[in-house]
Amino acid sequence: MSTDFIGFLQQIINGLAQGSIYALIALGYTMVFGVLRFINFAHGDVYMLGAFGGFYMAPRILKLFGDKPGFICMTLVLLSTMVLCAVIGIVIEWLCYRPLRDRPKLTVLITAIGVSLFLENGGQYVFGARPQFFPTIINDPNLVLPKWLGSLSTLHIAASTVLIFGVTLFLLIALTIIVRYTKMGMAMRALSFNPVAAQLMGININVIIAFTFGLGSALAGAAGILTSIPQPSIDPLMGVNAGLKAFVAAVLGGIGNLPGAALGGVLIGLTEVMVVGYVNPTYRDPIVFGVLILVLLVKPTGLLGASEREKV
Amino acid sequence: MGRMRLMGRMGIPTVDWQLKTRKRLPSIRAFYTTNPQRTMIKLTHVPGLFTLGLLALGLAACNKEGGTSDADTIKVGEFASLTGGSASFGQSSHKGTALAIEEINAAGGVLGKKIKLITEDDQSTAGQPATIARKLISQDHIVALLGEVASSKSLEAAPICQQNKVPMISPASTNPKVTEVGDYISRVCFIDPFQGTVMAKFALSRGWKKVAVLTDVKQDYAMGLAEYFKKHFKENGGEIVKEQNYSTGDKDFTPQLTSIQGSSPDAIFIPGYYAEVSLIARQAKKLGINVPLLGGDGWVGDSLIKVAGNALDGSFLSCHFSAEDQDEVVQGFVKKFKDKYKEIPDDMAALGYDSAMILAEAIKTAGTTDGDKLKDAIAATKDHKGITGVITLDANRNATKPAVILGIVDQKFKFIEKVAP
Repeated sequence: MSTDFIGFLQQIINGLAQGSIYALIALGYTMVFGVLRFINFAHGDVYMLGAFGGFYMAPRILKLFGDKPGFICMTLVLLSTMVLCAVIGIVIEWLCYRPLRDRPKLTVLITAIGVSLFLENGGQYVFGARPQFFPTIINDPNLVLPKWLGSLSTLHIAASTVLIFGVTLFLLIALTIIVRYTKMGMAMRALSFNPVAAQLMGININVIIAFTFGLGSALAGAAGILTSIPQPSIDPLMGVNAGLKAFVAAVLGGIGNLPGAALGGVLIGLTEVMVVGYVNPTYRDPIVFGVLILVLLVKPTGLLGASEREKV
Repeated sequence: MGRMRLMGRMGIPTVDWQLKTRKRLPSIRAFYTTNPQRTMIKLTHVPGLFTLGLLALGLAACNKEGGTSDADTIKVGEFASLTGGSASFGQSSHKGTALAIEEINAAGGVLGKKIKLITEDDQSTAGQPATIARKLISQDHIVALLGEVASSKSLEAAPICQQNKVPMISPASTNPKVTEVGDYISRVCFIDPFQGTVMAKFALSRGWKKVAVLTDVKQDYAMGLAEYFKKHFKENGGEIVKEQNYSTGDKDFTPQLTSIQGSSPDAIFIPGYYAEVSLIARQAKKLGINVPLLGGDGWVGDSLIKVAGNALDGSFLSCHFSAEDQDEVVQGFVKKFKDKYKEIPDDMAALGYDSAMILAEAIKTAGTTDGDKLKDAIAATKDHKGITGVITLDANRNATKPAVILGIVDQKFKFIEKVAP
C-alpha cells in the first residue's frame, strides 16, 4: 500500500478521534434540546468546568492509588466529575433558567449566552487564564497493531481514541435506553411533546427538567475529562470553540436526535481533518460553519432529524 | 399564533418552554402570554443598592488617592499579558521590569525623582493593547511605555505611542514591523530576520537538509520567523518539504502533523508560542514523529515542558539569554532575581529588565522626560552592558546582539551555543 494511502487512513483515524470528542459534547446539547426545546449555550462551559473539576480532583484521587494512573483511577475521576457537573447543571437551571420559564424564548436564549460569558470570564478569574497541565489519570499508549496487517500496522491509534469512542458509544446507548424505556424517559418525552398536558397528567416538570439538565451537564463533564487525556492542556476558554463545533454537530445530525448528534460529531471531525490535511488549515472553520449554513438551508431538520408538526 | 410558527421555522424554539410552575397552574392561559408584568425593583433591594453606591464612592476615592504624588515621580507605563494564553511571557517580563525599576529607585531614581511603574494587563487579547495604551497616555500621562512581548500586541500599541509622541520600548517583540511604525518605537531584542537566519544556519550545520515548517498564522511573530527561516534555508541549499499552519488556541494538530509526516523531513521548524507547541510536540510523538523540532524564543514558557513531557527531548530553540551562561553580569542578575522571586529568570524576564534599564539610562542622558528628546536618547543607546548581551541600537532602533541556542535534554533547557550577529 502506498504511503499516501496510509497517510489518508491515519487522517481518518485523526478525524474519528477529534470527532468522537465533538460527538460526546453534542450528545448533551441535543438531549437538553430534545426535551426542553432550548439551546443551552452554557453547555460548552460546563464542559470546561468538568475539565477543571477533574484538574482539582485528579491529584487527590491519584493519591489513593499511590500516584499510579490507571483505568480505575480514570473511572473514578470521570464519575465524580460527572456528578459534580450534574450538580452544576441543576444549579444553573435553578438559578438562571427556571425563573424565566414563562418569559419569551428569546429571554432564556440570551440568558444562556450570559451564563456562558459569566462562566468563561469567571473561570479566568478563579482558575487563572493561563493554560494548565491536566494530570495524567490514565496512560495513553499507542495500540500495538499486529504484524500481519502489513503496512497497515504502521498506523498510530492512541488508546485514548478507542476509549473516547467507546465511552461515546456507551453513553449514546445508555441515553437512548433512558429516554425510550424508563419512566423518567417517558416523562421527558411527554414534556417535550406537550408540557401543559404532561403537567396535567401529574408529571412534576421541575424534577424532569432538573434531571435533564443534570444528565446533559454530566455528559459535558465526561467530555471535559476524556478530552483532557489526549490534550492535557486546559484553560477557561476551551469550551468556546468546542461548544460551538459540538453545536454545529448537533444541528448537522438533527438537533434533538441522539444518534444524529454522534453522527454529526464524527462528520464534523472528519471534515475538519480533511480540510486541514488536504486543503488548507486556514479554511477549517469557514468550511465547518459553512456546513452548518448549508444544512440549515437544504435540510433544516438535520441528517437524522424528523420534521415535527407544530401544533398551534 | 402565526408569529410563533414563523419562529419555529427559523429554528428558534417556540412555546413549549414557557411553562408556569406547578403552583401557578390554575391559569393555563398564562402559558400563552409572552410577556407577563413584574415589579422591577422591590423595596427589599434598597439596602443592597445603597451598599453598592457606597462601594462605588469608596472606589472613586481610592482612584483619586493614587494620583496625588505627581511632582516627585516619573510615571512609566507598562503593558503585558499578565493573564491569558501568553501569560507566562507577560508575568516574566513584568517581573524583570519591576526588579529593574526597584533597583533604579533604590539607587536614588533618575533626575532626582523616583520612577513609578504603572502596569496594565492586556489579558493576551487582541484589541486590549490599544485601549490600554490610550488609557496610560491620556489618563496617567506616562513619559514612556514598556511592552509587549508578543509582536501582535506591540504592533497595536505602537501607532498610538507614535501619534502621541510617547517613546515605547518593546522588550521582546522580534517582528521587524514593530519598529517600522515610527521613530518613537524601539526595542532591546534582536529581530526575526536574525532569529530565523540563526535557526536556518543551525539546521544546515547539523546536516538537516529537508525541513518542514508549521506556522501559527495568527501571530505576526511566527509568520515573520517562518518567512526568514525559509528564505535563508532555501538560499543555502536546504529544501522546505512541507508547509503547514495552525491558529493560536487550536488543540488538535494531528492532521497537520500527519501531512508533514508524509513528506519525511529531517526536522520540523515550529515558530509559535509555548501553549500550542507543547501540544504539537506531544501529538507528534504519538504519531511516531521522532525528528528534532526547532523553534524560537516563543517556546520559552512555564507550561512548555510540563505539558510536552519528554516529547521535546532532542529539540532546539533560539532565544535571548540562558541562565546557565557563566557571564558575571548574567549570574549577578540570576542571583538578584532568585532572591526576589524564588525562581530562575527566563528570556522575557531578562529582556524586561534590560528594557527598563535602557529607558532609565536614556532619561538620565536626555536630562528630561520630554518625549522628543527622550526618544533620541533611547535611539542613541550604545554598548549598554545588558543582561542579554551588549546592546547597541541600530539606525532602525533594533538591538544588535548575539542569540543563544538552547537544546532540550531530559526535559531541561541546555545551553548549546551563542551565535553572534
